[in-house]
Amino acid sequence: MAFFLETLLGGLMAGMLYSLVALGFVLIFKASGVFNFAQGAMVLFAALAMARLAEWIPMATGLESRLVANMAAFAIAAVIMFLVAWLIERLVLRHLVNQEGTTLLMATLGISYFLDGVGQTIFGSDIYKLDIGMPKEPIMAFETMFEGGILINKEDLYAALIAAVLVALLSVFFQKTATGRALRAVADDHQAAQSIGIPLNRIWVIVWCVAGITALVAGMIWGSKLGVQFSLTTVALRALPVVILGGLTSVPGAIIGGLIIGVGEKLSEVFLGPFVGGGIEIWFAYVLALGFLLFRPQGLFGEKIIDRV
Amino acid sequence: MFYRENGQFKTSYRADQQIFPIAQDRWAVLALVAAAFVLVPMLASDYMFRAILIPFLIMALAALGVNVLVGYCGQISLGSGAFMAVGAYAAFNVYVRVPGMPLLLTLILGGLCASAFGILFGLPSLRVKGLYLAVATLAAQFFSDWMFLRIKWFTHDSPSGSVSVSGLQLAGFPIEDPISKYLLCLSVLVLLALMAKNLVRSAIGREWMAIRDMDVAAAVIGIRPMYAKLTAFAVSSFIVGVAGALWGFVYLGAWEPAAFSVDQSFRLLFMVIIGGMGAIMGCFFGAGFIVILPIALNQFLPVLGGVFGISISTAGIAHAELIIFGALIVWFLIVEPHGIARLWAVGKQKMRLWPFPH
Amino acid sequence: MTAKKIGDVILDVRNISLSFGGVQALTDISFDVREHEVRAIIGPNGAGKSSMLNCINGVYTPQQGTISFKGQTFSHMDSHQVASMGIARTFQNLALFKGMSVIDNLMTGRNLRIRSNLLLQALRIGPAEREEIRHREFVEHIIDFLEIQAHRKTAVGQLPYGLQKRVDLGRALAMEPQVLLLDEPMAGMNLEEKQDMSRFVLDINDEFGTTVVLIEHDMGVVMDISDRVVVLDYGKKIGDGTPEEVRNNPAVISAYLGTTH
Repeated sequence: MAFFLETLLGGLMAGMLYSLVALGFVLIFKASGVFNFAQGAMVLFAALAMARLAEWIPMATGLESRLVANMAAFAIAAVIMFLVAWLIERLVLRHLVNQEGTTLLMATLGISYFLDGVGQTIFGSDIYKLDIGMPKEPIMAFETMFEGGILINKEDLYAALIAAVLVALLSVFFQKTATGRALRAVADDHQAAQSIGIPLNRIWVIVWCVAGITALVAGMIWGSKLGVQFSLTTVALRALPVVILGGLTSVPGAIIGGLIIGVGEKLSEVFLGPFVGGGIEIWFAYVLALGFLLFRPQGLFGEKIIDRV
Repeated sequence: MFYRENGQFKTSYRADQQIFPIAQDRWAVLALVAAAFVLVPMLASDYMFRAILIPFLIMALAALGVNVLVGYCGQISLGSGAFMAVGAYAAFNVYVRVPGMPLLLTLILGGLCASAFGILFGLPSLRVKGLYLAVATLAAQFFSDWMFLRIKWFTHDSPSGSVSVSGLQLAGFPIEDPISKYLLCLSVLVLLALMAKNLVRSAIGREWMAIRDMDVAAAVIGIRPMYAKLTAFAVSSFIVGVAGALWGFVYLGAWEPAAFSVDQSFRLLFMVIIGGMGAIMGCFFGAGFIVILPIALNQFLPVLGGVFGISISTAGIAHAELIIFGALIVWFLIVEPHGIARLWAVGKQKMRLWPFPH
Repeated sequence: MTAKKIGDVILDVRNISLSFGGVQALTDISFDVREHEVRAIIGPNGAGKSSMLNCINGVYTPQQGTISFKGQTFSHMDSHQVASMGIARTFQNLALFKGMSVIDNLMTGRNLRIRSNLLLQALRIGPAEREEIRHREFVEHIIDFLEIQAHRKTAVGQLPYGLQKRVDLGRALAMEPQVLLLDEPMAGMNLEEKQDMSRFVLDINDEFGTTVVLIEHDMGVVMDISDRVVVLDYGKKIGDGTPEEVRNNPAVISAYLGTTH
């Protein structure tokens, strides 16, 4: 039982990391109907930026404090992500405004390759450590309830906390601020939003910036846990089923979908894996998403897709 | 003034409907095919065969399959690598388990298995399209990755996880040296390309394009979306499966599942986008581009770097490849969504009028 | 003018009701269409005319009511079945296949009649080739009829609006339908184009005997070429009869035609 709970918790933590990446997908899709295949590349790019900057800043300025160096690195990385967002809107999205979904999807695929190449050229392609001061030791919880207690990773707990704060901030942003309202209007109906004077292009830059920050936070947490390396981009591929499950237009869906996938992967690997030779994690998320696609394409919380004749 | 159609009248529908209605085109293509069969084996070096020509031919074939599905029928597919894998492993199993199996039959059976796999994973296309379909095809990709990694039966219980074939022969002639491998691939490509071209200009091709352009209207004029989409998946996967079998048997010789990973799927999609979606010619342009680019970069970039005093590592070249691919995909999608094939067609139009501007 | 032989009821719509969520698009609509006649459906915007055609076509499924065609009754129609039974239609917003040429668009209308299988088509020998040529000849007749010979190889997306409308009509004709549903075939046309299109519709009805059901806003056209008219308003039927009867119906006048000016 304790083992089951441990696996469950481990799955929840892993799932939460997926949710962070999925959040970026949902944000961009909600506001512009574009599915951003490049989200994973953005996570890697942001993580690389922050990791290398955290190295270079102390070297360049002789700063001693790790915390200040990290904060500066975060800030500069955020600015870099703003720049990336602005460039993507300017150079790519603006020219593809009326194209259909598949064209935009393939364009974001191209962007992801481009970002991968540029990121590695500028920042390097080794594995980099990203030390943001996360405690690495695990703690034993619930020792009174279960014999020996349950192993919980402190780092994962902090990550969950950061993710929760991010989601809360985003909710406040969307619900309470004027920009957030405008974003929701654009997500609802581009033309109507335009006709009341909302500047579409600027809104899209803002959305991609927010997605960029989300990517940065996700990259920071992933990078701290696993080290910053090229394989981070495959994480994005794992996050795709999350948005299918949760619904492409739902922020809570991204969170819950991520948790379900995380738990499902871990549990199926541990309990079903031995029967089929292991490695279920490779396809579990996708086959689950496939099931949803066949019976409930809009996911758990998304809006139904309607085709007008 | 060389490319005129003056004097070329068509007096029958048959003549009007042929694949190359302009005589100059017909001669050019026949000459090209003849040169490919006769001249190239005489002139090309072993390196050219191994590194450029053979991969080009097989990739062009795979791109042909992907184009049928994505370009003509409008069903996005990110799982082509999986179809190649099924073709390769199915052919492998037939080859090693059935002694004396003729090579062509092996390839065909590999294609048919890939076709069945394609129909199965094409079923979601009846419910969803666009991004959602892309996710479904990715499911096929990752499932296939796992299948050939973990299920021992597929790899004939190979201890290392990789498989190999040897001793290929066609009707008694051994297929060992580069020239015979090249001719085998070329023949398969020409045959399947011809059949594919026939399909896309027939009723089924029109059904595919109707589904691509507007599937609701297609249903109303009596086209069955299910039949059209599933046949697109079937035909496409067959071609891609045969290409996969050739890739494993002829090009690689020995392979493991990673040879058909999601990167391969993306590469094929890029070939189709850059080369030209919905154009058979596009497959050749796209495959040529993607096969030659890394080699060109390998030769060219260090030289360029030397001019500026920068030394470029192999990793740097790999990154440059990513940057150029990505940029080109975006550029083509913005400027010419129909790829190089459209640029080629426009160029030919201008040639027909030259030296007049319009 | 020789009297046209109008036959028995070929299409019978009974008590059709259609709603989308809270919106009632059609309420208890019943009317019939006789063979060889030209039946017009008119009404203000939003009256439900296109929705009615969509029900006949199988694009929408009505919540209530039945549709009978050639004696067979259905509670909902399946698009493919409808097409193979002999009903074709054009669309208000032109549902053409923009990536294909005019010939190819028209040839898609022949699809129901093409028999050769996949392998024969791939090899393009004998029967497949001959069948393709046969259908090409048929389509060329339609091209002659609609006077679009000069544009046969042009991609449909590049044609001007009026010509696209003709291609839409041509594709429906290629299906050799018994009943032709035309959804605002003259929308957006100038006087000459409307005259051309009216001529085509009348010729189709005369030469091929095709029953025509058409939605149209131009009252002059409707009164001129239709045999009988159905009037819809807010999803309900408010008039049914010859053009004369409808023109003098007070309910129709107040809802739609307005007072004389």
